[in-house]
Amino acid sequence: MNREDFPMFNQDIVYLDNGATTFKPNVVIDKIKDYYENYSANAHRGDYDISYKVDLEYEDAREKVVNFINAKEKEEVIFTGGTTDSLNMIVNGFFAPIMEPLDEVILTTTEHASNILPWFRLANTKGIKIKYIPLDDNYHVTIDNLKKVITPNTKVISLAYVTNVIGDIRPIKEITKFAHENNIFVVVDGAQSVPHLKTDVQDLDIDFLAFSAHKMLGPTGVGVLYGKRELMEEIEPINMGGGMNESFDNEKEIILKDLPARLEAGTPNIAGVIGFGAAIDYLNKIGMDKIQERELQLRNYLIEKLVKIPHIDLINLEADSGIVSFNVEGIFSQDVAYYLNKYNICVRAGNHCAKLVKNATGVTNSIRVSLYFYNTENEIDSLVELLKDKEKIMAEMI
Amino acid sequence: MDKEIKREIIMEHYSHPKNRLRKDNPDYLKVNTNNASCIDNLDIYLKIKNNLIEDIVFDGEACAISIASTSIAITNLIGKTVDEALKYIENFNSMVNEKEYDKNILNEAIVFDDIYKQSNRQNCALLPYKGIKKALLDYLNK
Repeated sequence: MNREDFPMFNQDIVYLDNGATTFKPNVVIDKIKDYYENYSANAHRGDYDISYKVDLEYEDAREKVVNFINAKEKEEVIFTGGTTDSLNMIVNGFFAPIMEPLDEVILTTTEHASNILPWFRLANTKGIKIKYIPLDDNYHVTIDNLKKVITPNTKVISLAYVTNVIGDIRPIKEITKFAHENNIFVVVDGAQSVPHLKTDVQDLDIDFLAFSAHKMLGPTGVGVLYGKRELMEEIEPINMGGGMNESFDNEKEIILKDLPARLEAGTPNIAGVIGFGAAIDYLNKIGMDKIQERELQLRNYLIEKLVKIPHIDLINLEADSGIVSFNVEGIFSQDVAYYLNKYNICVRAGNHCAKLVKNATGVTNSIRVSLYFYNTENEIDSLVELLKDKEKIMAEMI
Repeated sequence: MDKEIKREIIMEHYSHPKNRLRKDNPDYLKVNTNNASCIDNLDIYLKIKNNLIEDIVFDGEACAISIASTSIAITNLIGKTVDEALKYIENFNSMVNEKEYDKNILNEAIVFDDIYKQSNRQNCALLPYKGIKKALLDYLNK
C-alpha cells in the first residue's frame, strides 16, 4: 500500500531489508528540501524570522514524537544521532555513574550490538556483571525465565522490544511491572518496534526507550532518547558545548540549561529532525495498528510459502513481526543474497549485528527478510519463486 | 576462458576446497582475514621455512567466491618462495582491480579475471590474498 508515495519504487527493485532502513516518502524528502531551500538557519537563535521558524519546526517535531510514543512532556524526549547514540547516552550518562562493581545488567543473547557493547564496556571499566535471560525453544523471552536470573544485585534490564533477527515481540509491560516491583530499571531498544507497532511508554511503564528515525520512513542520523522525566534529570550530559549551557565564567561556575536542551549539545541535525516530524505525520495518517496488521498479513503469507520449500531452514517460525530469518540448506547466506541481488531483490545476509545470536540459535549467519507495510504479495512471490529452485541458486550465485 | 568452464572451476574449488582444516601447530603462522562489509571470515595458516612456503591451510566461513579463491590461492602458492608469492599476489590484485597484469603466471586464478564486473564481489576474491600477504610481510619483517 501507499507505494506511489515513495520515489525509490520508481526503480525496478524488491526491497526486503526494512530492518536495516526504510525508504522515504515524498513528504519527508520535501520537508527536508523545504528547510534547506527556504529557512536554512540554525536553531535556538530567534533573532531573525527564518531562525525563529527553525525553532518552531524543530520543537514541533519534538511534540510529534512526544505524542507518537505517548510521553508525558517534551522534557522526556531528546533528539540524538540514532538508537546507538541514545543507548550509549543512557548507559554512559545514567547508569555508569550509579552502578557499582558487581551490580548486574540483564540482557539477552539476541540483542543488537548497540545494546550489548556499551554494557560490555561498563563491565570492563566498572566491573558490573552481565547476565542473560535464558530463551525458550522459540528464542523468546518469558517472565519465568527472567525471574531465574534476577538477584538482589540486579539494577537494570536492557532489551529490545522486537529483536532484529528473531523478530519476537517481548512482553515489555509484564517485564516492567515485575522489574519495578523489584526496584529494577528497564531500558528498551525500540529500533525494530517503534516503526512497526504502537508504542505507549506510559502504558508500558518504560524507563528509557531508544529508537531511530530512518527505520520509520525518516532521515538517517536522527534518533530519540526517551526517559521518564525524573530519570532524564539525572542523566549526565556526555557532550558539553553550545546550546546546552546557560552560562559559564570559569570551570567552577557552569550553569546548564534545562531539559531537553541540556542533552542536545551542538547544532542538532535540524533537517533530519524536521523531516522526522513529517515521517511521523505520515505514519499516523496510515495508523500504526493498520501498519502492524498489514505486516503480519505479509509475514504469514511469506511463512506459508517458505515452510513448503524443503531446503529452507526457517529460524524464527514463531514471531509476530515482519522479520523472517532463514537459510537455504547447504548454501552460505551471503551467496543467496548475491543471487537474489541479480534479480534486484534486496535482503540482508549475515549475523545482523547480533553476534551473540549464534549462542542461542546455533546458527552463525542467516538471510533476513524484513517487511514493511509497503511491501506486496507480488514481491514475496518473486522472492519465493527464486528460492524454490536450489539448482538455480547454485548455478547463479557466483 | 569460457564462462561455463570458469564457473565449473570455481564451483569445484568451492565444493571441494584444498586444505580446509584447522591447524593448531606452532610451525604455522596464523592470520585472520575478513571483509568488513560482509561476514566472510577466514583463518589462514602458513608454514614457511627458509623463505619457502611449505604448506597453507585455512578454516572459517565465507561465500563461494572467497572459498574458491582461497582454495585456488593455496593450490598455487604452496611451493613458492615468499618473494614469488608476493609477486603472484600483486599480480592477482592488479587483475581484480583492472590494472595491467601478467596472465601467464596466475594459473587457475585467472577464473576471476572478470570479477571486477561485480564490484561487490571483488573483495570476496581478494580475501585470501589480503591475509596471506600480511602473513608473508610479517614473516619478512620478523
